[in-house]
Amino acid sequence: MLPFILKRLGLALLVALTVSFISFSLLFLSGDPAAALAGETASGEDVEAIRRLYGFDRPMLVQYGEWLFSAVQGDFGESYYFKLPVASLIAERLQVTMLLGVCGILFALLTAVPLGVAAAIRPNSLIDRVALFLSVAGQAMPSFWFGLILIVVFAIQLGWLPPSGAATWRHFIMPTIVLGYYAMPAIMRLTRAGMLDVLNSDFIRTARAKGAGEGRVLFKHALRNAIIPVVSLAAVQMGFMLGGSIVVESVFALHGAGFLAWESIARNDLPTVQALILVFSMFYIVFTFLADVLNAWLDPRMRSS
Amino acid sequence: MTDSTDPLYQEIQGPSPRQMLKLRAFGHKGLLFGMGVVGLLVLIAILAPVLAPHDPYAQSLMNRMVPPVFMGGTWEHPLGTDHLGRDYLSRLIYGARVSLLIGAVAALISGVIGTAMGVAAGYFGGKVDAVVTFLINVRLAMPVVLVALAVVAILGGSLTVVVCVLGLLLWDRFAVVMRASTLQVSRRDYVAAAQVIGASTPRILLTEIMPNIFNNLIVVITLEMAHAILLEAALSFLGLGVQPPTPSWGLMVSEGKNMMLFEPWLVLIPGAVLFVLVLAINLMGDGLRDVTAPEGRS
Repeated sequence: MLPFILKRLGLALLVALTVSFISFSLLFLSGDPAAALAGETASGEDVEAIRRLYGFDRPMLVQYGEWLFSAVQGDFGESYYFKLPVASLIAERLQVTMLLGVCGILFALLTAVPLGVAAAIRPNSLIDRVALFLSVAGQAMPSFWFGLILIVVFAIQLGWLPPSGAATWRHFIMPTIVLGYYAMPAIMRLTRAGMLDVLNSDFIRTARAKGAGEGRVLFKHALRNAIIPVVSLAAVQMGFMLGGSIVVESVFALHGAGFLAWESIARNDLPTVQALILVFSMFYIVFTFLADVLNAWLDPRMRSS
Repeated sequence: MTDSTDPLYQEIQGPSPRQMLKLRAFGHKGLLFGMGVVGLLVLIAILAPVLAPHDPYAQSLMNRMVPPVFMGGTWEHPLGTDHLGRDYLSRLIYGARVSLLIGAVAALISGVIGTAMGVAAGYFGGKVDAVVTFLINVRLAMPVVLVALAVVAILGGSLTVVVCVLGLLLWDRFAVVMRASTLQVSRRDYVAAAQVIGASTPRILLTEIMPNIFNNLIVVITLEMAHAILLEAALSFLGLGVQPPTPSWGLMVSEGKNMMLFEPWLVLIPGAVLFVLVLAINLMGDGLRDVTAPEGRS
């Protein structure tokens, strides 16, 4: 187990390092970050002054090394726009995004797992078809449009929920649904396939033969085995969801890290953008690492590959 | 030798694999629906100048936000007009061009990159495989929407930039699927036979491997095309994709958002069309997978 964890940890670190390099080099995609920062009306001297002030006149690799060195210590520099340390800015906004992410994945699991189990118990039944329809439709639904429709129906027409903001728990209901439905189809399909697989296996037949109740067979024997891959898929989806929160947060004007990303991209606030790309990537890397370790712990066959 | 029209021959032979494929395809409702809708929208996109009742760019401040026919409007503007008085149906028709073009070209670019990487990893294995797998991991760790937005913001929003950014970002699924398919195919005897008779590596890849993983490639192309179309709409919705006045469905939803309170159809119509197109492409992809690989059907 330990060699597997160490090997997997090394890979995660290498991926993180590469991602950090890519997100840093984004700064240089525009050719001259100083000119972009100074704006179109700036004179040549102004651009030169900014270049020296921010150290853009040094070799790129030196700048990357310096940025990485402080980033590892939690210092991402100062935001060009907010004039605040990027790290504290992100930490503050991340609370909303994390809360949204946790609610979203819980919503996805609580709807997708029961649906997947129900669909697997009776394949080709009405409920199986409804589940299949929901998962196909869910994958095709543009999330920003789904969010706007919810606002029109539940906030404007019915007046049940507030359309935007993050003041109370009621503000989180619609964003949770929009973010959560995105992860639902994959989780449901995997639950259904896993349950179908397990329900046909020998130990389920044995459990039934020895007279175990159907509820006990389904939940104690079958689901416990079928749920293992679902847990790691949920961890991966959670990583994707945090990255996808940018669309949902801008639709519902939730001031989380995704909204911050959108603001800072629109305002050319590169230190914040770089840091956010790195932070969102790190979440994905950590979640997939935990998922792999969990899998290896539950299933020793995974440790060799 | 035997006359193929001979009834006895037919009885023994049965339908050929190609005929079987046709039979399965015509019996698959999802595939038929998907192909029908996608075909129709492609036709509409090609014939846009003939079909559109008005110029999609022509503004008319006298006719702003005319409601659609079914909400009390006139047939002059069947789906009404937007906040600048532009005919909504015409913009919707031209918008199909933007979505389909971006989807197809982005899927093509990412398809070439991902297939090259996946086939190389699957066929050569070893170090090549390790490098490709690592690159896939790196790519998956990068938040797509965020990176795409940032790059479009730096380079400036245009159709070309959006297509290239999406093409360079969406190759991961191609690489994963093509790697797995190639791994499977390259263990077959006919590949070993080709190696033994001294066929060159490019020849084996092109004539032995590629034709046998082509079905999987088509499926991934359709699914990634849908993915690219959704992402373009999201980027345009956030204001960092295709720029106005180009008629993009995502942009239309974003422009209608401010009038959503009083004119919800401005948001509903373009979003619904986008939903139907993506749904149809996905159904087509799922259908193609079912039809070409019946053993994988559940």
